[in-house]
Amino acid sequence: MAIEIVQPSVGLSKIAVSETHGENSPYFAGWKAYDENPYHEKHNPSGVIQMGLAENQVSFDLLEEYLESNQEATSWGKNVSGFRENALFQDYHGLLAFRKAMASFMEQVRGGKAKFNPERIVLTAGATAANELLTFILANPGDALLVPTPYYPGFDRDLRWRTGVQIVPIHCESSNNFQITPEALESAYDHARSMNMKVRGVLITNPSNPLGATIQRKVLEQILDFVTRKNIHLVSDEIYSGSVFHSDEFVSIAEILESRNYKDSERCHIVYSLSKDLGLPGFRVGTVYSYNDQVVTTARRMSSFTLISSQTQFLLASMLSNKEFTEKYIKINRERLRKRYEMIVDGLKKAGIECLKGNAGLFCWMNLSPYLNEATREGELEIWKKMMEEVKLNISPGSSCRCSGAGWFRVCFANMSEETLEVALRRLHEFMDRRRNGQKTHDLSALAQVQSFSLGDICRLFGERSKDLKSDLISSLSDSR
Amino acid sequence: MEDESREQSQSPSTGMRLIVPLQGIVQGRGGLILGSVIPCAMFYFLQFYLKRRRSPPNLPHEQTSNPPSPTPSSSNLTELPRSASRSSLLLSRGSIGRPHVSSRVHSIAKSNDSPYYIGLDKVSADPYDRLNNPNGVIQLGLAENRLTLDLIENWITERLNESILSGIATYQPFDGMTELKVAMAGLMSQVVGRTVTFDPSQIVLTSGATPAIEILCFALADPGNAFLIPAPYYPGFDRDMKWRTGVELIPVHCHFAREKNIHIISDELFAASTFGDEEFVSMAEIIDSEDTDKDRVHIVYGLSKDLSLPGFRVGVIYSYNENVLTVSRKMTRFSPVSAPTQRLVTSMLSDTTFIKNYTEINRERLRAMYDLFVEGLKELGISCTKSSGGLYCWCDMSGLIRPYNEKGELDLWDKLLNVAKINITPGSSCHCIEPGWFRCCFTTLDETDIPVVIERIRLVVETCKSPS
Repeated sequence: MAIEIVQPSVGLSKIAVSETHGENSPYFAGWKAYDENPYHEKHNPSGVIQMGLAENQVSFDLLEEYLESNQEATSWGKNVSGFRENALFQDYHGLLAFRKAMASFMEQVRGGKAKFNPERIVLTAGATAANELLTFILANPGDALLVPTPYYPGFDRDLRWRTGVQIVPIHCESSNNFQITPEALESAYDHARSMNMKVRGVLITNPSNPLGATIQRKVLEQILDFVTRKNIHLVSDEIYSGSVFHSDEFVSIAEILESRNYKDSERCHIVYSLSKDLGLPGFRVGTVYSYNDQVVTTARRMSSFTLISSQTQFLLASMLSNKEFTEKYIKINRERLRKRYEMIVDGLKKAGIECLKGNAGLFCWMNLSPYLNEATREGELEIWKKMMEEVKLNISPGSSCRCSGAGWFRVCFANMSEETLEVALRRLHEFMDRRRNGQKTHDLSALAQVQSFSLGDICRLFGERSKDLKSDLISSLSDSR
Repeated sequence: MEDESREQSQSPSTGMRLIVPLQGIVQGRGGLILGSVIPCAMFYFLQFYLKRRRSPPNLPHEQTSNPPSPTPSSSNLTELPRSASRSSLLLSRGSIGRPHVSSRVHSIAKSNDSPYYIGLDKVSADPYDRLNNPNGVIQLGLAENRLTLDLIENWITERLNESILSGIATYQPFDGMTELKVAMAGLMSQVVGRTVTFDPSQIVLTSGATPAIEILCFALADPGNAFLIPAPYYPGFDRDMKWRTGVELIPVHCHFAREKNIHIISDELFAASTFGDEEFVSMAEIIDSEDTDKDRVHIVYGLSKDLSLPGFRVGVIYSYNENVLTVSRKMTRFSPVSAPTQRLVTSMLSDTTFIKNYTEINRERLRAMYDLFVEGLKELGISCTKSSGGLYCWCDMSGLIRPYNEKGELDLWDKLLNVAKINITPGSSCHCIEPGWFRCCFTTLDETDIPVVIERIRLVVETCKSPS
C-alpha cells in the first residue's frame, strides 16, 4: 500500500503569521486606495488626496537652502579625510558630534526650558524603532503598557508585534476633550491587573497623535505621580514637540522632572525623532533619551539592530548644531504649521464641521459624529468609505486609533501644497452640501410617512429651503411608495 | 565547563531547557557526571532560588561587573542626581523603589563578560597608532577591512554628484528604494552568484546584516526554538540571534535541512572577500537546480565587509520564500536604511566598472596581507588553516597553551591582550570545540604593522615555551 508522503511546507514563526502587524485595519486600507489612484494637480486632479500621512513638507525649502549654502559642512567635500573614519564608524554610542547636536536641538525645541545630556542619548533608525526598543527593555512578553486613546495606529504593531507585550487602553472621552484623567489611569491599571497582566508602564504621546494637542502641565504631573505610586515606567513620545504652534504651550516631561529635581526620574524615558519636526522621515533618525542608566546602557547595545547610518549622522551633525539655523527653522516651521492649521479648521468650519481645539502636530482631529447614521464603529466606517470613494480623501478613522467615541477622524494637512489643501477643502464642502440636502430629504420623507403631516406643513417646518428641496422631497416620496 | 553555564545563563528566563553539554561529552573531560550533571544541577537550583526570591534588578553587582565602556555613561551623569527612591519606600504601598526592567536587560549584562567584547573595549580605550600611540593595543579582533578604502575615497571625490535631498527626505518604503534593490541585485549577481542572477523583488534592505539575521530569526522561529549552527561561529550571533527573539543556538557539525524540513540561513557577508584557490559557492547556486528547496533558503548579505562600509548600515535579506519576504518587509521598519545612504550606495553600486575593479584589487590586497601575516606567524611556529576568504585567519596556538583546555586558552588570550597588547579572538568565544584556536583579523593593518605584531606575539610565545 503506497502512501504518498507529501513534504509539509516549511513553517514560519507565530509572529510571522500573526495579525499583530496590524496592517489589515482601515488605516492601511486607505493608503492602498491612495497608492492606486494618487492625486496629482496636473496629471490626476480627480485622484485620492492623501490626508492620512503625517508628514511635514511645509518647511522643506529651509532645509534645502541650508544644505545648498553649507555643502562643505554637510558632505565630506573634496577633502575626504573624514570619509574613511565615517565609513568605518559603527560604534553604537553614535557620533559624539551628532549626539551633542541632537541634545542641543531638543533643548532649543523646548525653548531652553529643559537640559539634555548627550550621554543619555541613544540613537535608533527612527522613532518606530525607539518605541519598540524601549518596550523590549521595559517589559516582558505578556506584560502590559497603558496607552491613552485615541493613539497612533502604528503602536499596535510597534509596541506589540515582536515584543509580545500587550497594550491596555486608558480611555479618554470627548466630553473633556480627550484629556487623561487620574480615574482613567487607575481604571486602565485595574483592568490590566484583572486580566492578570503585569503593568510595566504608561506610554504617552505629547503633543498627542491623533489629537494634535499638547498635554497640560497639571495632567503631566498627575501622570507622573501615578506611575511613581505604581512604581512603573513612563515613556513620553515627544516626536511632535517642535510642531507646537506656540512654543509656550508645550510642556515636556523633562521640564517637570527638572522642577522636581529629578526625583523618581529613573522611570522616565523620552522618545524623539527628526521625522516630523524636521520633515526628514526618509533619513531614519530617532532617539531614546532615558534618565535611567541601566536603560541607557541596554538601549545602546540593543541599538545595534537599528543604527543610524554614520553618513547621515555626519551630515546632520553640523546642521543641527548650527543654532542660528535651527532657531530660525523652528520658529518659521511653527508659524507655517499654525497657518495651515487655521486654514483647514476654518475651511472645515465653513463646511459645517467642527474640530477639537488643537495647538500642535501635522493634523487636526475632526468631529463627524453629528453626521453618522449610527453612532457606532460601523457608522464611522461607512462615512469613512464615502470619504474615500466619493470625496476621494484618505483620512484616518478614529476607530483605527481605538477612540472610544465614534465619528472622529484625523486629517493631515502638512504633507501637501496649499493649493491641494484648498482642493481637499472644496471637495469636503461640496460633499457636506450634498449630504445636507440628501439628509434633509431623507429626514423629511421618514417624517412624512410616520407623522402624516401635510407636505406644506413640512416645508414650513424646515423653513428657508428652496423649491429644489421641495422637488427632491416629492421625488423621494414617490420613490418610497 | 564555563562554556556550558555561559550558554545556559544566556537563555531567557521564560523556561528551562535541557542543553546538551557538547563540549563535556566530546572532550571526555571530567566525566559525564561531574562535567555536566553538577553544573546543570547547580544551574537549576539557582533558577529556583532566583524565582522564589523575585529579586529586584541587582544593579550594584552588575554595574561593577561590566567592563569599562568607551564613554563611561555613569560617570558623566553626575550632574543628574540619582533619585532618592529608597526614601520613597516608606511612602509607597509595598512596592520596591526601582521600576522593573525586562529579563533581557540582565541577560545582556552577562554577555559582556565574553573575551570578544572585552577585547574590543580594551582597544577602544587604548588604540594602537603607529605614530601617536605605538604602545597601544593592536586591533586584530574586529573584522574590518581598511585595505582598499582608498579606492572608495577616490570614487567619492570624483564621482559623487548627488544633491542630498532631492526626493529622499520623505517617507520611503521601509524595505528599501527600488533603485537600490536593483543595484544590490546587480552587485550580488556579480559577486555572489556568478552563475545565478538575483531578483531585486526578492530583496529586503535592512540597516546592516545584524538586523537581517534577527528579522529572519523572528520570522522563522518561536521563542524556545533552536537554530543549528556550525561551530566555530561569529561570537556576535550569540547576541544577535538570541537576545530579543528567545531562540536557542546549538553548535553542530552536520547539515540535514531537507530531511528535517527546516530552514537554512546562509550568511554570505564575505562573498567578495575571497582570495584563495577555492571558489566561493553561494547557496543560491546550489538551490537553483532544486525547486523544492527554494522555500527554505534565505541569504544574508551586506556592504560592511565586501565594501568596507560598516558605518553606513546596509544589509540584505534575500529569500525565495514569498511569506518570509512579506514578513521581512514589514519587520524592517524597525531597521531601515537611511535615505541619503541609499542614494549614495545606489550610485556607487551602479558604477559596475568601478565595482569590478574594486573587488579585483581588494582580493589582491587581501591575499597579499594574508600571505604576509601567515608567513610571520609561521616563523613563530604558529600554523593557520588554509584560508580562501574573509578578513582573518584561523590560527592554531594549541602548542602554547597550558593546560590544554579553555582555561589555558583564556590565559594565553589574556597575556596577549594585556602583556603583548594584541586583541585577538579566542576560539572559545566562537564556541570552538578544540582549545587553542584563535581568530586574527589582518585587514586593519598596514604592511609595516605586521612585524610589530609578530614581534609582540614572539615575546609572549617565548614566555610560554620557557618552563613555568
